[in-house]
Amino acid sequence: MSATDPQMRLLIIEDDRESADYLAKAFREVGYVADLAADGEEGLALAESGDYDVLVVDRMLPKRDGLSLIGALREKGNRTPVLILSALGQVDDRIKGLRAGGDDYLPKPYSFAELLARVEVLSRRHGGPAEETTYRVGDLELDRLSHRVTRGKEELTLQPREFRLLEYLMKHAGQVVTRTMLLENVWDYHFDPQTNVIDVHISRLRSKIDKGFDRPLLHTIRGAGYMIRDGIR
Amino acid sequence: MTAFGKLIRTTAFRLTLAYLFLFALFAASLLGYFAWNTRRLITEQITSTVNAETGEIGDIFGRRGLRGLVFTIENRALRPGANLYLVTTPTGQAIAGNVGSLGPGVMATAGWSETAYRRLDEQDNADHRALVRVSELSGGFRLLIGRDLEERKRLFGIVVKAAQWSLLVVVVLGLGGGVFVARRVLRRIDAITGTTQRIMAGDLSGRLPVGRSGDELDRLAENLNAMPERIEALMTGLKEVSDNIAHDLKTPLTRLRNRAEEALAKAGSEVEYRHALERTIEESDGLIRTFNALLMIARAESGQARGNMDDFDAAEVANGIQELYEPLAEEDGMRLRVETVPTPLHGNRELISQALANLVENAIKYGKPAPSAQPLSAGASVGMDSREILIEARREGDQVLLSVTDHGPGIPESDRKHAVERFVRLEASRTQPGSGLGLSLASAVATLHGGELRLADAHPGLTAILAIPAATGVTERIAAKTPDVAQKVA
Repeated sequence: MSATDPQMRLLIIEDDRESADYLAKAFREVGYVADLAADGEEGLALAESGDYDVLVVDRMLPKRDGLSLIGALREKGNRTPVLILSALGQVDDRIKGLRAGGDDYLPKPYSFAELLARVEVLSRRHGGPAEETTYRVGDLELDRLSHRVTRGKEELTLQPREFRLLEYLMKHAGQVVTRTMLLENVWDYHFDPQTNVIDVHISRLRSKIDKGFDRPLLHTIRGAGYMIRDGIR
Repeated sequence: MTAFGKLIRTTAFRLTLAYLFLFALFAASLLGYFAWNTRRLITEQITSTVNAETGEIGDIFGRRGLRGLVFTIENRALRPGANLYLVTTPTGQAIAGNVGSLGPGVMATAGWSETAYRRLDEQDNADHRALVRVSELSGGFRLLIGRDLEERKRLFGIVVKAAQWSLLVVVVLGLGGGVFVARRVLRRIDAITGTTQRIMAGDLSGRLPVGRSGDELDRLAENLNAMPERIEALMTGLKEVSDNIAHDLKTPLTRLRNRAEEALAKAGSEVEYRHALERTIEESDGLIRTFNALLMIARAESGQARGNMDDFDAAEVANGIQELYEPLAEEDGMRLRVETVPTPLHGNRELISQALANLVENAIKYGKPAPSAQPLSAGASVGMDSREILIEARREGDQVLLSVTDHGPGIPESDRKHAVERFVRLEASRTQPGSGLGLSLASAVATLHGGELRLADAHPGLTAILAIPAATGVTERIAAKTPDVAQKVA
């Protein structure tokens, strides 16, 4: 994974000891530095003093509620990206979380792959370069202003939605992007389709950008999602 | 509490007592006023008669002297029912009249007084009273004229007696009426109380008798009857739901457990373990999905999602869902077509999108034409082949309709109501994956917006319609923003 250079610092504020330990262990295994806080007050103090790349905050915490913690941080001008974990998975709860200053919202229970993918995207957004007008992966090039997509010397014709799908994938090139993230960010739906709709869209896109080229760029990451990446780099 | 105690505690009885007191007071004051006025009237009458006679006799004395006076007095005193007369000399000796004795000192002072007296011809000592006027004549003679007060006393007695009787009648009738009304009300209230107690004890079949008068107690009884009906429906629904939840959550949980147990018992290779774990995660993901769908339905049904309503175009939702599912449909050999006109709507966009997505998923899954089905007759629906699914958004009357039509086997009319219930998966669909909650969620979303989910025959196939009332006022505002041109997207 790409989280290793330089080491990403993560603060997990979660009162359930077992989940917290599991998360810390899992993040450390993929190269993160992960600190733990067990309640809202401790979490706020740590978040203010430490220089973290991403905060993972449980919505319901002892001493200080997750949303009020985020509010307090934002009030003091702390812009560290926050991912909210919540047992309340409904649309209006998500909206409430984002309004309180959260950057992303993940309902419990979640898979670690999903959480990791979202944390990676958040940390990149935080420290990454400003939005570029042209994305490049290998010989694939996407111009966000003219909406032109070329691979090598060949110009590719994409439907508007295919363009936005590719744009999102290329914006997060080298990072895993999950199906839910695509549904949320490309289609703006927050429900869980019972079928594999996203897979079909991806395979259509893949047939346009990878078919007939010897080096595939759009990869399926098993059990997690998709990633666009130049195989060599 | 004794029956009597209960009776006198009723509101009706207490009201009766209050009224009784008021009426008695009223009757007493009326009669009192009457008695007092009668007495006054009689006194006035006596006074004027006596005054007139005094003047007349004074005249006679002036004109005809003592002889004339005595003659007149003796004459008048002998008449039946005569007034009282007495004439005395300056020394106090009676010289004419019909009075035998008087109260002491009455003759001494001129003017009005009330006194005990006895007539000359009466021998008994009966106590009579009279109102008399004493006047002085010239030469020291004194004249007394008066009238017996017996009449006044008798009249007063009659009035008092009438007062007593009428009071008695008011009290007896009032109390009797009060008891009657209170018992009548009490009997009906007791019936209501008894039935509600039975209902509270769990017997929901209890109903109150409803009279035909349509009074306030009948209306109360009607409402109280409607309540257990609603409760019964809710409880039946709840029981079915919990049975279904138990079944449909326990089945995958059992599978999950069996698989883990099996993997543990058979010491296999790492690949086998890995495979077992992957299936476990898959199964639990399915469980989470089912659980989320259930929560979503519960939320929609309880009306909690009402907070996130805004204005949007149902046509955009239809186009968005078509765009999302079109590749999936194509992969399954189906075509997804959308036909919309700008249809402003006020609601929860996310929930309506999800409901429509569920209907489209169902159409893709179950809407394939049966292999043996007759080809559509050319005239039935122009431009539609049997592998096409049509999504429509339009307005009909005051309703916004979002519909999905397929040309599969459809749902027999007898099964349609059943199909909307939670977890119901009709026989034909048992083999397909899915939680069986798609239609229930769509139905709950429609209900949340004050509408309904309708299932209809598409000859052949199924049309599922989300019918949602268009909130006027709001919708007009958006209608003004959107160009009034029908747009068709193939």
